[in-house]
Amino acid sequence: MATYQEFIQQNEDRDGVRFSWNLWPSSRLEATRLVVPVSCLFTPLKERPDLPPVQYEPVLCSRANCKAVLNPLCQVDYRAKIWACNFCFQRNPFPPSYAGISDVNQPAELMPQFSTIEYVVQRGPPTPLIFLYVVDTCLEEEDLQALKESLQMSLSLLPPNALVGLITFGRMVQVHELSCEGISKSYVFRGTKELSSKQIQEMLGLTNSAASGHQGRPMAPQDPAVTCRFLQPVHKVDMNLTDLLGELQRDPWPVPQGKRPLRSTGIALSIAVGLLEGTFPNTGARVMMFTGGPPTQGPGMVVGDELKTPIRSWHDITKDNARHLKKATKYYEALANRAAVNGHSIDIYACALDQTGLLEMKCLSNLTGGHIAMGDSFNTSLFKQTFQRVFSKDYNGEFCMAFGGTLEVKTSRELKVSGAIGPCVSLNAKGPCISENEVGVGGTTQWKICSLSPSTTLAMYFEVVNQHNAPIPQGGRGAVQFVTQYQHSNTQKRIRVTTVARNWADAQSQIQHIESSFDQEASAVVMARLGVFRAESEEGPDVLRWLDRQLIRLCQKFGQFNKDDPTSFKLSESLSLYPQFMFHLRRSPFLQVFNNSPDECSYYRHHFVRQDLTQSLIMIQPILYSYSFHGPPEPVLLDSGSILPDRILLMDTFFQLVIYHGETIAQWRKAGYQEQPEYENFKHLLIAPLDDAQEILQNRFPMPRYIDTEHGGSQARFLLSKVNPSQTHNNLYSWGQETGAPILTDDVSLQVFMDHLKKLAVSSAA
Amino acid sequence: SETGLCRDTNLGKDTKTILQHGRSPRTQWPPSFLNGRSLEPPRLFLCVSKTGVPSVLQIQVIEDDRANKSSEPFTTGVKGQTPPLVTTNFQVKDQGNASPRFIRCTAYNIPCTADMAKQSQVPLAAVIKPLAMLPPDETRPYIVDHGEAGPIRCNRCKAYMCPYMQFIEGGRRFQCGFCSCLTDVPPHYFQHLDHSGKRVDCCDRPELSLGSYEFVATVDYCKNNKLPQPPSFIFFIDVSYNAVKSGMVNIVCQELKTLLDYLPRENPEADSVVRVGFVTYNKVLHFYNVKSSLAQPQMMVVSDVSDMFLPLLDGFLVNVNDSRMVIESLLDQIPEMFADTRETETVFGPVIQAGLEALKAADCAGKLFLFHSSLPIAEAPGKLKNREDKKLVGTDKEKSLFQPQSGFYSNLSKECVAQGCCVDLFLFPNQYVDVATLGVVPVSTGGSVYKYTYFQAEVDRERFLNDLRRDVQKPMGFDAVMRVRTSTGIRATDFFGSFFMSNTTDVELAGLDCDKTVTVEFRHDDKLSEDTGALMQCAVLYTSCSGQRRLRVHNMAVNCCSQLADLYRNCETDTIINFFSKYAYRSLLNTPTKTVRDTLVNQCAQILACYRKNCASPSSAGQLILPECMKLLPVYLNCVLKSDVLQPGADVSVDDRAYLRQLLSCMDVSESHVFFYPRLLPLVKLDGGSLPMAVRNSEERLSKGGVYLLETGLHLFLWVGANAQQELLSNIFGTPTFSQIDPNLTSLPELDNPFSQRLREIINSFRSQRSRYMKLMVVKQEDKAELIFKHFLCEDKSASGGASYVDFLCHMHKEIRQLLS
Repeated sequence: MATYQEFIQQNEDRDGVRFSWNLWPSSRLEATRLVVPVSCLFTPLKERPDLPPVQYEPVLCSRANCKAVLNPLCQVDYRAKIWACNFCFQRNPFPPSYAGISDVNQPAELMPQFSTIEYVVQRGPPTPLIFLYVVDTCLEEEDLQALKESLQMSLSLLPPNALVGLITFGRMVQVHELSCEGISKSYVFRGTKELSSKQIQEMLGLTNSAASGHQGRPMAPQDPAVTCRFLQPVHKVDMNLTDLLGELQRDPWPVPQGKRPLRSTGIALSIAVGLLEGTFPNTGARVMMFTGGPPTQGPGMVVGDELKTPIRSWHDITKDNARHLKKATKYYEALANRAAVNGHSIDIYACALDQTGLLEMKCLSNLTGGHIAMGDSFNTSLFKQTFQRVFSKDYNGEFCMAFGGTLEVKTSRELKVSGAIGPCVSLNAKGPCISENEVGVGGTTQWKICSLSPSTTLAMYFEVVNQHNAPIPQGGRGAVQFVTQYQHSNTQKRIRVTTVARNWADAQSQIQHIESSFDQEASAVVMARLGVFRAESEEGPDVLRWLDRQLIRLCQKFGQFNKDDPTSFKLSESLSLYPQFMFHLRRSPFLQVFNNSPDECSYYRHHFVRQDLTQSLIMIQPILYSYSFHGPPEPVLLDSGSILPDRILLMDTFFQLVIYHGETIAQWRKAGYQEQPEYENFKHLLIAPLDDAQEILQNRFPMPRYIDTEHGGSQARFLLSKVNPSQTHNNLYSWGQETGAPILTDDVSLQVFMDHLKKLAVSSAA
Repeated sequence: SETGLCRDTNLGKDTKTILQHGRSPRTQWPPSFLNGRSLEPPRLFLCVSKTGVPSVLQIQVIEDDRANKSSEPFTTGVKGQTPPLVTTNFQVKDQGNASPRFIRCTAYNIPCTADMAKQSQVPLAAVIKPLAMLPPDETRPYIVDHGEAGPIRCNRCKAYMCPYMQFIEGGRRFQCGFCSCLTDVPPHYFQHLDHSGKRVDCCDRPELSLGSYEFVATVDYCKNNKLPQPPSFIFFIDVSYNAVKSGMVNIVCQELKTLLDYLPRENPEADSVVRVGFVTYNKVLHFYNVKSSLAQPQMMVVSDVSDMFLPLLDGFLVNVNDSRMVIESLLDQIPEMFADTRETETVFGPVIQAGLEALKAADCAGKLFLFHSSLPIAEAPGKLKNREDKKLVGTDKEKSLFQPQSGFYSNLSKECVAQGCCVDLFLFPNQYVDVATLGVVPVSTGGSVYKYTYFQAEVDRERFLNDLRRDVQKPMGFDAVMRVRTSTGIRATDFFGSFFMSNTTDVELAGLDCDKTVTVEFRHDDKLSEDTGALMQCAVLYTSCSGQRRLRVHNMAVNCCSQLADLYRNCETDTIINFFSKYAYRSLLNTPTKTVRDTLVNQCAQILACYRKNCASPSSAGQLILPECMKLLPVYLNCVLKSDVLQPGADVSVDDRAYLRQLLSCMDVSESHVFFYPRLLPLVKLDGGSLPMAVRNSEERLSKGGVYLLETGLHLFLWVGANAQQELLSNIFGTPTFSQIDPNLTSLPELDNPFSQRLREIINSFRSQRSRYMKLMVVKQEDKAELIFKHFLCEDKSASGGASYVDFLCHMHKEIRQLLS
């Protein structure tokens, strides 16, 4: 049998699923004792080049509250043409089209290698993708120019039949009509007045005036000519829109000295949401909001226009001194929920030197699966390339984006769904497999994910409900089915079904097996997501304490030690890295707010709760590569000890790519040795990390901040703040070594952390 | 009773005119020799008969005045003299009192005491037209600059320097003619006095020698202590279905292209500094960005009419020359864009709000031109409902028809006035639009309402365009405040016109154009002295169309009298009628129509009875004796009483009445004169430069064989008798046959004969005299349209029940006799 390592990898490759435990404890009590819940990371649209979609409808279990999809785990009676649902045990006849079925002539969905299968289904007329640009005009001239160019460029990246719309805002909000010739026409809204969706549609002339006369009568079908005035196919308005964007001016209203420009972000977004709500409900659409500063007026205002009042800081928030925080957050949450209901996602591209109110607005993207990109200016490659990458295409030349997804989870009887953490909202679908114990977004079996990319990953939490005294028979398997319906970027409606199963194990007799089935990477990420989820609503220190407690309990459960003897403490291989992940997680910006603005934290957390396992791990514990003349590049410990004068380091924290030249290297570089032919090898050494960095930059979304620094450089702080401070100013002399770089910090090092952990784990008092 | 009788009663000692009954209309006796003993004023004895027509003639009075007073210029230096009638052509020489073109008074000798005034019941009022246009041969008021310290004023009452300030102490101080307070002369204004106590520079300074002049105002006279910006004009074009279909939108857009070159300016050589903006609307508003740098105008739609705001700043108000290309492109495209509109609903309140916001944002005063078609029923502030109810006419609730539907527009007009936002409204209704409510803002902001009912592009184009051109081009002031100061003893107590008052003394006018008149009523608060007479000074602070802040000052001195006879000898009936009609029309808002009419009759009866009792020599009660100056009072009063506003015919709409009521409130004396007693000219011989003598407005005067021209100030009628001479018809219409005359003609064919040329000249000159273009209607005798024409024959009994002149005179006589007995 393959190792668990291989098993896990294979499962991830095939199904996009990583479970924390690959053997499941057979009762509720045992499950709780395992500390880390039975949970998984699920990537619904994991890229599967080897998986061509099938062109027919899935076969569903006929039990009304089950409706599970036929899958390889079902028992099939080929002669009677009957299959038994593996979730509810309902026996179902095959549909007539399956008449020719036999054990040698099986449909794809019954073959074990198709535990993940994708169906292309015909549901209603195909709807084009919709892109609605919402553009802040309170920008510096240079920024606006750069943004205009990016937007114009993006038109060429959109699918030609996609619908595109433009809303600009500053003190007022303008909805631009794209169809008209001659006079360019826009509808203008006051930036301070909240309007209901109905009012917005009326004011935009989107409601049929004849229909409004007869109240109580259902709305007449929308006249496409009417709805399309603001959303037009790219191929039709390409020129028009390019000109319109070209003519876009900065917000003309004068900004007095000492004031911020009046920016009606809240109303602009509410109009965007209202417009789509009225014209294209339940259709995949992307609202792309570009802003260069915080909302300063109207609902959703984050800071007043007086420059002397700075935007809220963590300090203000903890002191409950952030005046607009609650109101604005509530406002954007309501908007986000409306957008989510209709399957519209909202992206935020915020480029400014100061905060822009992401803390308040984050839910717009978090709940709708939209992107958040954050930069200093629209005139940076960071923004330009990030934005370009939104429209990147897959191996088939199709956009790496899917819309209006719903994810449904079905479990076998012993398992219930506690909840999900990720860019989704609950659809409040009740069913038999909902756990009473809510974790993350729970209380439902279905979640809406308005926008999906191949890397979008949700953490799903389960609960084992089997009672201790009613054990599951040995050899039994628990199963989970994920049914993801979505609108593919080529406008097809698709359903991807992933059915996975794991063996039940008796925790008393098979604890070793269970231990070895532990996926510490997946566990670190699902626990980290839980921590981040809690951090959104709880005080930071409480979350850290909770994480610590979980870690200690896990070590107590699985560590081998003699009571009260820390030196005897040992963890098996399958858990050996877990404490280190937790150490770095504690130091990460996801849980530490020090040195990060509220906006930055929101930004980091936003990306953390949606990336796949690999990226998430990089975020928790950045990767450090070392380049030297001593050998090929090698990954090294994220430790201050790795910072050596004759090395070049490449650190990838997901958000930053730092190339750090050691002291000697930096001197050499300064002296210009790389220019001299005899030192060509030095030149190669300098180039090597750059090339590697390029490779990462090629694929990463959002574009990481690229930092090229050296020993003593001010930007070196990015590296120094991440590495394990094994040498600090406190212990430098006692170590008495010349290697490594001391870090000026009072943070505990991994060594100290582990010492404490061991002490607590073995303590009989705990 | 005198019924049926005609007594040749010639008992008077002075001028006597006796009216015979029967068909001898113009029997008159030459004035007998005045023996010089009598202090009694000239008077008139009337003998009235039911079957006869009194032969004192409105026509005669006018002709006499014309004959006597048009040859010599009227000099204003003499206090207390009555100016020539408004119908007389005369030249004015300003010698210290304002020209009658600026101020006309009801009485030029005013009673010294309140008791006397009360006894006579003669109203004391002045009809002031502060920015009146003067004929080319009269100089417009000089502009005086008193430097940085601003105009010299009395310390106490703040009256401006004028010929009635008495310099004393060698010229170091002056005594105010209004309040007698002593004020030091500032050093820079000091001048020595001559032997008669006059300043040496008296003749060089307009403010010391003339009745009317202007001061340059300093920053102290400006809003927020900031010199004003040049004003702006904003055009709001209704583009709803009705407006487009009637052709209005097309015409306005076409016309604006040329009209924008004629925006008002003070220096005819220079370009106008008035900036312009454009908005179209139906139930939403479309603002246009016409910034010069744009290749195409940009439309910005504001649908949130519940809370109006200005969607753009830069590029809305522009200089015409800079943005000409963009504006022309816009005006070309507007009719196309809305050609297929299906929107029938309109808003109105938000339109004005938008203009107000625009002016606020630009920090300037200005004028809004609204071209509007229908009752604003779309959901918006100021939304109106159709409340036309003819059943209310004649009831106590009739007044509600003249009152606005809600307070919304009154509140809005307050804001408009505060910003100096004047609103002119051009209405193109096909049905009830509630002029009473829509007119509130124009009326309160010094604006005008123009109404083109059932507008048809072909027929009404000319009238509308002429009105529009004149309205855009006419000289006007913005953001004006008018204050009337008087000598101690009388006080301005009541004001009539298109303006707003937030206190009891300041007349605030967002806009004041050359046609607008403010009528001021005075009352005694103390005794006046015969020695000093009474003074009034009307000062109007305004921003000129070039953005200069100025003060126009008009001074008027009148005599005071302790004898009623002096009062009656120096009255002006036309002005009294102007005042009475304005007073009556305003009373309609709060009082039942019948009460208003009765009050009018009663007051006139009292005036005449008082005269009879105190000034006329004893005579038979059967005689109706009228003072010379007021002999036309009854005929004019009758016209006021039977006007459409006070006694509507069945075909007169509620809107028409409200419209006329508002229109009258700012008419000057010459306009109100012809409005109530139209001018009827027989077109017989039209040779020479003079006009044919008018005839009385009675059907009896019309000859079947003649052609007549009737001018009402709002309409022109050409009445063609059924048996009109063929030659006459050929000369006018180019056809000798009566039946071939097209009754739908709106202009006369241009025929090459002296008669046709002269007639068209006359029509043109009539039109040029009026502030509104008069559409010509050809009325053929016994045609349907003749009813409309007959409506204006105001000496006849009217279809709506209005009395004939004779009947009214009898009624009047009866009232007087009742008062006397």
